[in-house]
Amino acid sequence: MSHKEAAIREPLILGHKTYHEITEDVCKPIEDKAPRMWYILFAIALIIGLYGVGCIFYLLGTGIGVWGLNKTVGWAWDITNFVWWVGIGHAGTLISAVLLLFRQKWRMAINRSAEAMTIFAVFMAGLFPLIHMGRLWVGYWTLPLPNHFGSLWVNFNSPLLWDVFAISTYLSVSLVFWYIGLIPDFATIRDRMKKPIPKRMYTILSFGWSGRAKHWNRFELVSLVLAGVATPLVFSVHSIVSFDFATSVIPGWHTTIFPPYFVAGAVFSGFAMVQTLLLVMRKAMKLEAYIHTKHVEYMNIVIMVTGSIVGVAYLTELFVSWYSGVEYEAYAFINRATGPYWWAYWSMMTCNVISPQLMWFRPLRRSLLFTFVISIVVNIGMWFERYVIIVTSIHRDYLPSSWSMHFPSHIDLGVYIGTIGLFFVFFLLFARFFPVLALNELKTILKSSGESYKNDTAPVHPYFAKNGHAGHDHHEDNNHNH
Amino acid sequence: MADIVIYAMYDDDDVLKDGAKKLVAKGVKVAEVFSPFPIHGIDPIIGVKQTRLGIMAFLYGLTGLMLATIGMRYFMISDWPMDIGGKPNETYLDNVLAFVPITFEFTVLCAAHGMAITYLLRNKTLPGMPAQNPDPRTTDDKFVMEFRMSENSQFTAAELHAMLNETGMIELDQKEIH
Repeated sequence: MSHKEAAIREPLILGHKTYHEITEDVCKPIEDKAPRMWYILFAIALIIGLYGVGCIFYLLGTGIGVWGLNKTVGWAWDITNFVWWVGIGHAGTLISAVLLLFRQKWRMAINRSAEAMTIFAVFMAGLFPLIHMGRLWVGYWTLPLPNHFGSLWVNFNSPLLWDVFAISTYLSVSLVFWYIGLIPDFATIRDRMKKPIPKRMYTILSFGWSGRAKHWNRFELVSLVLAGVATPLVFSVHSIVSFDFATSVIPGWHTTIFPPYFVAGAVFSGFAMVQTLLLVMRKAMKLEAYIHTKHVEYMNIVIMVTGSIVGVAYLTELFVSWYSGVEYEAYAFINRATGPYWWAYWSMMTCNVISPQLMWFRPLRRSLLFTFVISIVVNIGMWFERYVIIVTSIHRDYLPSSWSMHFPSHIDLGVYIGTIGLFFVFFLLFARFFPVLALNELKTILKSSGESYKNDTAPVHPYFAKNGHAGHDHHEDNNHNH
Repeated sequence: MADIVIYAMYDDDDVLKDGAKKLVAKGVKVAEVFSPFPIHGIDPIIGVKQTRLGIMAFLYGLTGLMLATIGMRYFMISDWPMDIGGKPNETYLDNVLAFVPITFEFTVLCAAHGMAITYLLRNKTLPGMPAQNPDPRTTDDKFVMEFRMSENSQFTAAELHAMLNETGMIELDQKEIH
């Protein structure tokens, strides 16, 4: 009855769902009592998170001497974790922005939670540069504010300052993008909620959204324009993160390939984190009809492509270090692969180069268990990648008498583990109180991509059964927004 | 002035769109449509114009671009020129490449937030605002068309009801507003 999509495309919503059932499926977990498992996971995440907060307070009270840094390795754990979290935080906006521009309907089932994941990951990332200042309370010195030090401004030539602007823009724009999409879904929950206090909360959160035609018209344009500006933003942010290294003169960092290589790596790890979270969430919240094998397969293809780009970048780096004829450059790479950090290098190579190649096999990339394992392997690999790039490039500098090793202190470990705990605290709260699927957007693809509509088993509306399908010659596909 | 508002409820977006098309062809003015999701193709039928928020976003972006350029020129070139390793920074153009990333970020920042704030203000959707949809089900699976008798003075309420009955609506509600 509505726009026909090619029959060979797998349906995105399995079985027969009505608009009301979509609302039910997404809102039920919010309205019902949380399962016991949620409390258990939340308690574990909270304890780990609070331990991390404790470590941060200890760090701030004592000074960054509590880190495992030394005179040669002056940059290691903190920046590794920063880049790791920012990288993970690249999937959400990529899914919602780039896939929106490319009219990928499958994004609708995953964009909400991927964006939430992005925002929480960027929170965690932002924590690291802040605590690394040692004096958190002077963090505002990174902004170009008129000050009492004479006219002393921040250095706009420095990639570290570019980072301040890039990360804060990325975080705030992602937050706005996410929230604008959430408003109509909050309105749905508001209108269903019976209990007075939650109803009041959702009334505040939904900003009085009423679903007027003009508002939807604006909504679609705002989403499109935000996607348009957020797309180059996604690419710029991790490029700028890579400039932190690439604009230096350290062998192993001073490479022009860094920006594209970092962006691909970020998308790679971000999609892996989305897989890890969604594979659990779809099961726990009974959303298998909306996030199913096809979605997992699409994401695995993205992981495969970006993983291959990362693999090519690793090989290019090796080649260039030899071809450049610069012996320091060559040594940096020989040292990575065969020096005291060989185990980190080869963990990175195995996790990031070999594992995504397995996705060429269809049964493997459609296997949920295999995907889950690989998604964790990829994020371990991507953590090692940052550690390898950062630590192995500086632990043996030009003066062999100052060569040293980096060993994380227990505070280092505590802060890192703590951010993982805090991340899950945020994500579990999100899964408990927020609509985890863009439920109203999903309704727009029901008739074109729902299984029962694709194989014509869905009942024809009585009105059209009586009157025929007149007036539908101009029916527009949901994706043709404008 | 008192006005009579008629709400016709539908349980399908395509039925509503079909109905709207037929009613508009007969000269009925549709005042508003409430729906749980955007109904594609409804805007030209009921006469909703394409929003100009995109132009606003461009203007906000342009503002950001200008502010970033003026700001960095002042901070780095006129107020406190830095000599870093003898690299020239006498003029803005000498140093412009280093300013590209922040100029871009600030442009995006202003465009996105400017547009989002304008969107919320124009919609009058702000924290704590009351919901205005005529029926709570319109954010779930029901679709409502609103008609105002003052805009459809050539018809009587009974005539309008009769026409609506042919469009496959499922519920009808009539309200007097002051």
